[in-house]
Amino acid sequence: MAADAHKLEIFRGLIKFKSNTQKIWGVLILLSIITAIEVVLGIYKPESTMKSFFGMKILNWIFIILTLVKAYYITWDFMHMRDETAGLRRAVVWTAVFLICYLIFILLQEGGYVFDVYKDGFIKRDF
Amino acid sequence: MNTTVATTDTEGKTWEGGNQPLKASYGKMMMWFFIVSDALTFSGFLAAYGFSRFKFIDAWPIADEVFTHVPFFHGNYPMIYVAFMTFILIMSSVTMVLAVDAGHHMNKKKVTWYMFLTIIGGLIFVGSQAWEWATFIKGDYGAVQTKGGNILQFGEYATVDGEQKFKRLSITDFAVASPTEREQHSRDVGLWFVEEASLPAYQVGDIVKGMEANPNILVRTQILNEEGEKTVLSREESLQQIKENGRLVVQGANLTVNEYGSPLFADFFFFITGFHGFHVFSGVVINIIIFFNVILGTYERRKNYEMVEKVGLYWHFVDLVWVFVFTFFYLV
Repeated sequence: MAADAHKLEIFRGLIKFKSNTQKIWGVLILLSIITAIEVVLGIYKPESTMKSFFGMKILNWIFIILTLVKAYYITWDFMHMRDETAGLRRAVVWTAVFLICYLIFILLQEGGYVFDVYKDGFIKRDF
Repeated sequence: MNTTVATTDTEGKTWEGGNQPLKASYGKMMMWFFIVSDALTFSGFLAAYGFSRFKFIDAWPIADEVFTHVPFFHGNYPMIYVAFMTFILIMSSVTMVLAVDAGHHMNKKKVTWYMFLTIIGGLIFVGSQAWEWATFIKGDYGAVQTKGGNILQFGEYATVDGEQKFKRLSITDFAVASPTEREQHSRDVGLWFVEEASLPAYQVGDIVKGMEANPNILVRTQILNEEGEKTVLSREESLQQIKENGRLVVQGANLTVNEYGSPLFADFFFFITGFHGFHVFSGVVINIIIFFNVILGTYERRKNYEMVEKVGLYWHFVDLVWVFVFTFFYLV
């Protein structure tokens, strides 16, 4: 395949690479920076991010969002999703995202419920 | 993508075949099919992990305290080694894309070289994971399991930089070993059809004696307090807990007991990282096969390197899964 068949811009065209190889290294730098941020946050755990927000610590939300950002770039640039047709892209991404969200919702909801039963339902496990 | 089949005279006849609305070859589409289903399998595992964690949200082990080792270094380095593993895997993903890219340019020498680097990266990762498992199984401080299945850990308050800090103590440092009258059950001592694993090195009685001899030692339970730290009991409560509820001395982790907290944590750790490690291992094997095909010139003769692209998709997927495992096991 000719090199010009690749879409070479990321960040909605903010950064445009000259060649596919250059784009790969660019994405590597981006992913490394994100991982470094995660590790630093994980080690120091800033006080301001320890507050609870929507059932979880803000820090955990940051981690999950950064992970999704990484997942996006791995799929779009390493797995060449950016260069596939819209049909293939949607068939893969929408299906997976919908089913995974559903699964997570069901299981976490139920886990929280079981926790409440243990806590308030006169079931003793502190012995 | 001009790697796909050239257009034929069936173009335009929607129902006669020959159309390629997705402009991807059969092999590549099947790889995507597999990846979507495998992604669902992994999310099933991770969501089940989330279920168990939400079930015991106030008593789950803190990953920073579990994975603190780096090979060849002593001391406490939470997350450093996993971060290194993550970087290795992302790096091998990069060499894989570079191999795919070189394949598009029909550059056999470069493809060979990048495939080789990808395989090395995969091997380093699998090796690291084996080391990580071994460290986790061996454990470090040891603990006592209560009759309710909870874990009690030990430590004392020490002043570090003018601040009172709870410092963990290893049971091997303070337990007073005493002769035991309990024999390991096995056939050769006259018990037919009765077998058991080797007995733990210490018994709860040894721990109690050790605690009584050292008035500083306190017990830490698995219950998390408001600050997200484990609760430390007072001296009286500590002795009382151990004497009344202590049943088994636990060192390290396996599928039934886990010195870091809930056994479920160890079960999910072994299962999810094990399943992922198995994926990495099979990825390495497939990469090696493709590597030899590249050297033999199979794709050179075929005039396209799409096979490299297909295993590349699998390899990136393995990396993608690790990104999530890393977040949910080590960070969150």
